[in-house]
Formats: sequence, C-alpha cells, structure tokens
Amino acid sequence: MNETGAVLIFFAALFTNNILLSNFLGMCHWLACTRNMMSAVGLGIAITLVTGITTMLNFVMYHFVIVPLGLESLTFLFFIAMIAAFVQLAEMVIERFSLKLYHALGVFLPLMVVNCTIMGAAIFMYTREYSFVQTVGWGFGAGAGWMLSAVLLASLRKKLQYSHAPVIFRGAGLVMITAGFMALTFMGFSGMVAIE
Amino acid sequence: MSASNAASIAAPAAKPLIGPKEKAAFWDGLLNNNPIFAQVLGICSALAVTSKLENSIIMGVGYFVVLSLSTWVVSFIRESVPHRIRILVQVLVVCIFVIVLDQSLKAFYWQGSKQLGPYVALMITNTLTLGRTEGFSIQNKPTLALVDGIGNGLGYAVVLIVLGAVREFLGSGTLLGTPILAGIYQPNQIFILAPGAFFVLGCLIAFTNWLMSLGKKGAKK
Repeated sequence: MNETGAVLIFFAALFTNNILLSNFLGMCHWLACTRNMMSAVGLGIAITLVTGITTMLNFVMYHFVIVPLGLESLTFLFFIAMIAAFVQLAEMVIERFSLKLYHALGVFLPLMVVNCTIMGAAIFMYTREYSFVQTVGWGFGAGAGWMLSAVLLASLRKKLQYSHAPVIFRGAGLVMITAGFMALTFMGFSGMVAIE
Repeated sequence: MSASNAASIAAPAAKPLIGPKEKAAFWDGLLNNNPIFAQVLGICSALAVTSKLENSIIMGVGYFVVLSLSTWVVSFIRESVPHRIRILVQVLVVCIFVIVLDQSLKAFYWQGSKQLGPYVALMITNTLTLGRTEGFSIQNKPTLALVDGIGNGLGYAVVLIVLGAVREFLGSGTLLGTPILAGIYQPNQIFILAPGAFFVLGCLIAFTNWLMSLGKKGAKK
C-alpha cells in the first residue's frame, strides 16, 4: 500500500494522472458533451459527484462484501450494479428537485452508467490498494480531472469553430488532434508527483 | 435460383438465413457506419490499448466476441425486459460476457491479461456496446442483431489493429516485437504515449474522411 496523502492524490489525479488525458477514460462523453460550455460544466459537476461517491461506496463494498465472501471474480458485476443503482437514484433525485438540470443533461444522465471514468476510478481504487481516505481523494480527484479537461476542451472547441481547418479534418479529427496537444501539455506536469 | 424459389413456395414462412437486410447490417457496421470513424463510440479502449500491436489484437478479438454475443442475447430477451430498467439489464448481460472473457484470459493467457490490465473490465462501460444493444438489438430479431454485432465488432477490431500497427511501428520501430527498418527509422517515443494516440487517431479519421470524399466524387461522376 502506498502512503501518499489524500490531498496529494487529489491533485495528482487532476494534473499528472488526469484520468482522461493519461488513461483515456470517459472519452465518449467528453467528445459528445463539449460542444458548449454549459453542458460541459453541468456534466462535469455530475460526474465529479457520482465518481467520488460511488468510488467510496465501491471501496466499502470491495473490502466488506467482496473480499470476505471470496467473490473477487465477480468484482466488475458488483461495481457496475452499484454504479447503475446510484445513477438511477441520482436521476430520480434530480428529476424531483431540479427539472431544469434534468432536461439540460437529458440522455447523458442515464448514460453515466457506461461512463468509463466512474468504472475506471473504481477499478484503479482496488488495483492501487488505496486506503479509505486515499480513496476519497482519488475519487473526487478523478471526477474533477474529467471536469477540468472537459471545460478546457469546450473552450478550445469554441475557438475551433472560427478556424479554417481543411474539410477532411473538421469534426472528430480536429478534436482528436486538439486533445493530443492537451495531453502533450499535461505531460509537462508529470514528475511533480507519482501515484501509480 | 429456382431451387430457392421452390423452397420459398414450399415453406413461405422460412426466410433465408442471410438476406439483404442482414448483408446491409453487416457492411454498415464494417464500413459506412464504422464504430470509430462514423459513430465515434468506444474511443477509450481504442486509444488506451493500441500502443502495441499484440495488445490491440487481443483487445480487438476479445471485444468482437463480447459485442456479437451481447447483441445476440439482448435481442433474445428484448420483449421480456421492462422498459425502465432495460439499460441496467443490457449492462449486466455485457458484464457477464466480459467476466467470462476476463477469467479465460487470466487462465489461458496471463501475459496478455496482465498487459491489458483494467481495460478488459472497461469493455463493460464501452459505449459502443450499449450503443448497439440499445440502438439496434432492442428493436430487431436475434439473427439480424447478431449480424449487426459481428459487423460492428469486425469494424472496431480492424481499426484497433491498424491503430496498433501504426503506433507500434512509429513509437518503437517494431511490429509484434520484431524490429522493422532497424537503423533506418529512428523510433519516436511520443507515439506510444498518450498524445501520440490522439494524433494518430485524428489523422486516421481525416484519412478515412478523405477516402470517403473520393468515393462520393467517384459516385457522382
């Protein structure tokens, strides 16, 4: 077990080990939801909260249910069931209390079940053997890292709309290249702190 | 021709197993509506595992099996699943196949399982799987859904293998671990790191767009 502090893990998840730009998790939502700033921010907040909370819940489930019962081979099934149940609950709560946000997020709310960020954060949580406090830092850090890169990409895409790119590069191609430069920039942070 | 006519007269209810609809679904998944180039789904694994050709082949073949079986099974149970929990059911079906794949990789090919790491498990949350089950198999018959799954799985695997080959050659100067053009080509490490993945996929998308535009011009003439 590594002894890195939770705050350090939070910042490492934001910059050096950004879940999106170094592990490629959550790409599909990232490409679809960054056409405008508002949806990037809205989904970013939702993903940060869901990732943070489900990673904690999965930590509890992994160490108090799965390992004592010897069900390690079914870990993924437990994790995805927990995430799906939590997303369903979150959907119902948001629908009840803020219809505006519910409609703004639309189909991406139920699709959060298949967001790789949330599942990936849970898997890294047990392969890297974090303690509970570290898990809290990691879960919220991973979600916030997703939000950070989503907000950055959304603002870059706004600029891209006014640029005269070659026709064949327009759309997904240019976004990929932009993402490549973002990943290159984030590589500059590596070496500050290692949490692998 | 006449034999098939006779057969269709004898049994009007029985349709040929591979009809035009199935063929269209297959080619749609493989080419026109390719999972990565046209639908832009399932990018996570496409970028993460393709730093080596070997990993891309394992991932491509494994995902092909999982996707075709899941679309098939989801299509079988499509009428008995309540509408509200259908996404949950689909994810659980996929999850079962991924667990079987993960366990068999661990049992028979430990090295490959070790290299792919968490990305085998992340097939569960690959949006392409849900895109196909939710968008296609939930409304179509099992055979058609299976063909659709096979077409999309093949289309995905081919792109993964091309990406893996390009990145391994540019990044380490090897293909499947064998050095190619040693001494002539100086490998550029950036292509096996994260930014290189984005650059190569971006250029591949642009390249297929260019090919498609050529095809459209040809069709116009």
